[in-house]
Amino acid sequence: MSANLVALAYLVASVFFILALKGLSSPITARRGNLFGMLGMAIAVITTLTITENWMLILGCILLGGTIGAVIANRIQMTMMPELVAFMHSLVGLAAVFIAITAINNPVSFGLPEVLPAGSKFELFLGSFIGAMTWSGSVIAFLKLSGRMSGAPIVFKGQHMLNLLMAIVMVGFGLWFFFSDTTNWTAFIVMVSIAFILGFLIIIPIGGADMPVVISMLNSYSGWAAAGIGFSLGNPMLIVAGSLVGSSGAILSYIMCKAMNRPFLSVILGGFGSDGGDVSSDDGEQKTHRSGSADDAAFMLGNADTVIIVPGYGLAVARAQHAVKELAEALHENGVNVRFAIHPVAGRMPGHMNVLLAEAEIPYEQVLEMDEINSDFTNTDVVLVLGANDVVNPAAYIKGSPIYGMPILDTHKARTVMVVKRSMGVGYAGLDNDLFYMDKTMMVFGDAKKVVEGIVKAL
Amino acid sequence: MIDQIDPTIINLTIFVLAVFVGYHVVWNVTPALHTPLMSVTNAISGIILVGAMLAAGPAESDWGVWLGAVAVTLAAVNVFGGFLVTQRMLDMFKKKDKKGSA
Repeated sequence: MSANLVALAYLVASVFFILALKGLSSPITARRGNLFGMLGMAIAVITTLTITENWMLILGCILLGGTIGAVIANRIQMTMMPELVAFMHSLVGLAAVFIAITAINNPVSFGLPEVLPAGSKFELFLGSFIGAMTWSGSVIAFLKLSGRMSGAPIVFKGQHMLNLLMAIVMVGFGLWFFFSDTTNWTAFIVMVSIAFILGFLIIIPIGGADMPVVISMLNSYSGWAAAGIGFSLGNPMLIVAGSLVGSSGAILSYIMCKAMNRPFLSVILGGFGSDGGDVSSDDGEQKTHRSGSADDAAFMLGNADTVIIVPGYGLAVARAQHAVKELAEALHENGVNVRFAIHPVAGRMPGHMNVLLAEAEIPYEQVLEMDEINSDFTNTDVVLVLGANDVVNPAAYIKGSPIYGMPILDTHKARTVMVVKRSMGVGYAGLDNDLFYMDKTMMVFGDAKKVVEGIVKAL
Repeated sequence: MIDQIDPTIINLTIFVLAVFVGYHVVWNVTPALHTPLMSVTNAISGIILVGAMLAAGPAESDWGVWLGAVAVTLAAVNVFGGFLVTQRMLDMFKKKDKKGSA
């Protein structure tokens, strides 16, 4: 195929990628959008196959990787989506590094001059260091999200200084690589190794509930890595696709930070809530809470006219989404108006709760975002909080509180509040939650799934 | 005139415009679909597969070809896994849509 035809096919593919994202503006058009994305990818891959010689090897590898991907996609549980996304980011990062290495080894196969010009070296430097950081950062995110590593922030003295120092050294080796007349493998390898370590170090101090930001940020990195490789290879399609992904991840990070009312930099520097527990009950007075059983909860829910359910990470941990669906249906049959309120950072990744509720076939018209439903809490008979804590903490309205200003779901304004939780333990922010001590609040202790099943039985 | 422009500048033009397009398209994504958005962008960043194919492309095989082949495999996991899991999630949203209108 001529170079012009290839470029045109790549243009078509790029347009399809844009349409894929555009489709996600509504659940109705989203599936068609995803098909556009697949079509774009198919065009891109087939076009590239025509200009490579080793197509047997390449097809074999695509088949192998594709099969693995398809099996994972079919088997993965919806509660495990955050881990899967982190895992896939890491693959993009690693692939970017490998491509950069082969491009330095044999520039001609990419249509680059035999002796790499400074510009290409700079772009390879960018692509490979972002790729390396994406890989190692995503591995840590994956380990934390899948519970193979503690979600607690790991902090030590001089952490930020160390990171800064390593970043400077890394850039130094990058410059050495950049200004060397011949291919300077030493500089390149040292630079990529530092980038790998830096990726680890940047993610370890960030704790569990900040994961929505981390995962969005790594999403963004994986896009920039692809765009960086696109620059090195002079391939506009890679640049377009990479930039789409990069900006998407950046916007998601922004939305998540906004929903926690925390500056991006403070999330990334990490360590939040690490000294938790001690800061809480400082006013000395003994606070009392009221607790009840699943039967009590069923009685109150059955007598209500309007109910709002607020799901949180606890729902995902307990895999309670199907039980919740049964509860919603049972209440619905009793003539109760049931709706769901989703906080943007509920769960471990953006939109996590929506997908879980969708999996349980809860109609999405009943699932509302914070802005849509927050004013309705005042007129609601019963609010059922399932495994959420900081996002319903009224301390966000109290000046001087660490979470002051964070947008929360106004569950405390409802007539009755019921909170299903494992214990009175503090949430991620390490704060006591006054919602739990209000006269109108009833705590139901236990695993979210078991409690909800108990309520359904009692109804 | 176009011959005198450094290709990097042209690439930069494409890059900046693509970021703008991405910015505007992504702000329109409904928050309920943020997880599918992440998985589909995951699949799209698997476009790096094209770079990996070029790396594995040359007929004379040296270690670079094999490294490229590994990169092809990794990227293919992403492409297939990303699109298919997105489809699976979106099907869930679809199912309810039918029920809701019925």
